[in-house]
Amino acid sequence: MLAWAVARPRGLPEAALAVPAAGLAIGTGAITLDHARAEAERLGPVVGFLAAVLVLAHFCDVEGLFRACGAWMARWAAGRPVPLLTAVFALASVITAVLSLDATVVLLTPVVFATAARTGVRPKPHVYACTHLSNTASLLLPVSNLTNLLAFMASGLTFSRFAVLMALPWLAAIGAEYVVFRRFFVRDLSAAAPVVPDPGEAPGLPLFALVTVGCTLAGFVVASAAGIEPVWAALAGALVLAGRALLRGKATPLTVVRAAAPAFLAFVLALGIVVRAVVDNGLEDALGHVLPGGSGLPALLGIAALAAVLANLINNLPAVLVLLPLTAPAGPGAVLAVLLGVNIGPNLTYAGSLATLLWRRIVHQHEHGVDLKEFTRLGLVAVPSALGVAVVALWGALRVVGV
Amino acid sequence: MRVVVWLTEGTWPACVDAVRTHVPAAGDVVLLHVAEPGVPGLAHGAFAGLLGRGGSEHDPGDRMDELDERSAGALLAAAAERLGRPCTEVERTGRVEREVVAAAEGADLLVLARDGDRTRLGPRSLGPAVRFAVDHAPCPVLLVWPEAAPGLTTIPPPPAHHR
Repeated sequence: MLAWAVARPRGLPEAALAVPAAGLAIGTGAITLDHARAEAERLGPVVGFLAAVLVLAHFCDVEGLFRACGAWMARWAAGRPVPLLTAVFALASVITAVLSLDATVVLLTPVVFATAARTGVRPKPHVYACTHLSNTASLLLPVSNLTNLLAFMASGLTFSRFAVLMALPWLAAIGAEYVVFRRFFVRDLSAAAPVVPDPGEAPGLPLFALVTVGCTLAGFVVASAAGIEPVWAALAGALVLAGRALLRGKATPLTVVRAAAPAFLAFVLALGIVVRAVVDNGLEDALGHVLPGGSGLPALLGIAALAAVLANLINNLPAVLVLLPLTAPAGPGAVLAVLLGVNIGPNLTYAGSLATLLWRRIVHQHEHGVDLKEFTRLGLVAVPSALGVAVVALWGALRVVGV
Repeated sequence: MRVVVWLTEGTWPACVDAVRTHVPAAGDVVLLHVAEPGVPGLAHGAFAGLLGRGGSEHDPGDRMDELDERSAGALLAAAAERLGRPCTEVERTGRVEREVVAAAEGADLLVLARDGDRTRLGPRSLGPAVRFAVDHAPCPVLLVWPEAAPGLTTIPPPPAHHR
């Protein structure tokens, strides 16, 4: 099923196989109906959250937020590669944290690429920064990454407690990436434009989108403090932006539904059920032996490293589904360590951890010519350094803040 | 006289200026830009790594492929304007250094700019792509500094044991 999801024959959405596979797992008794129902109930709020964040990001784009980001970066950097890299790091980190990694990959990356090319800067380090940060900077909030949402629901932490515990690892991991990037791409970053390019017209401020996103964030904190599910704050924010677009004729009900990516949501549910079936049928015992117990620094490092390896073998989404039931009893520390592994780990291999056999297929399909040696060399430096400092930071945060 | 001028982001104005200074007006000038297909490929890969989004979201790599073509066109147009002479614009895609060498076949001169550490004189001022092109060029080469060359004092003193 994972192989299908990667190869996507005839461009079919991944859900086209995942949903029947989940049905098959239930039908053949590989998973009991009760377990399947429990899994679906557990994933329900996750899927709702995900839909809301996807809609929020889509309509931020409609409001011109990402275009404005491009203009800000161009003006700030004025053709100098290093300030541009710094701006990309700042924006990609914040956008990934608040609007999820999808927003950075799908919406911000093309803008960064266009900005670099337009201002005469070699785009490679900056595009690499987007792809790396979409993983590394997705540690901060439960909404930053689907893996976080799953772990957040499993950990029993409140929204604010999650953010407070992850703030230090988030900053540490981004800092480590920045240092690695400055050194790794030192040649590309030294090719400055000798002429100051035209910065273009001043960007309009997408105030409405910014205020809505800010209120949604505040809503998360207030909701979790008041004991309300923060998913409602996300839904409210998404509805406000979508409603405004509908009123102004910039969207139809159909585009709102499409922005929520129903096929993707179905895929997540089905994947959850299939992975549960696999875990029930022996994987739990197998992994239970390798997984270190305890909550000391060595145990956290071990869990994070194992999660990173697994994320590279079977992609991070299945990896987190497999590891959560195993680590949840050990407490939030272990769950957050899993997150560090599955979120930072995918930077190691091209296409974030595909089954090794399939990368060739993808590469040939699009004739990309990505320099895999360079990609992996960067990953081999960046992933262990970011993961190492992030785990130490998490350990420190757990000791200082407590769970 | 056929002159191939390899233009890259950031350093291209120096190459164009070198042509204006050193190439006779009657020369046949080819402005060359080579796009690396790897950069949009990074976005394709990042998107493929997001499991389950196919069919729901747009692959950002496709948008970048389009942008890539447009930005190369803009760079060549700006270079042609700065040159102020009749010239041919050529866009290629592939492994940059090999495409440059292939494009220089049969030319009388290849003009390119240093792409490495340009704070001091020395071999490190050439990055891997320019190094390859200089080493393998099938014609004479004009290698320019993108900005004013560093002074002779940036050369380290000879090792003490050489007399």
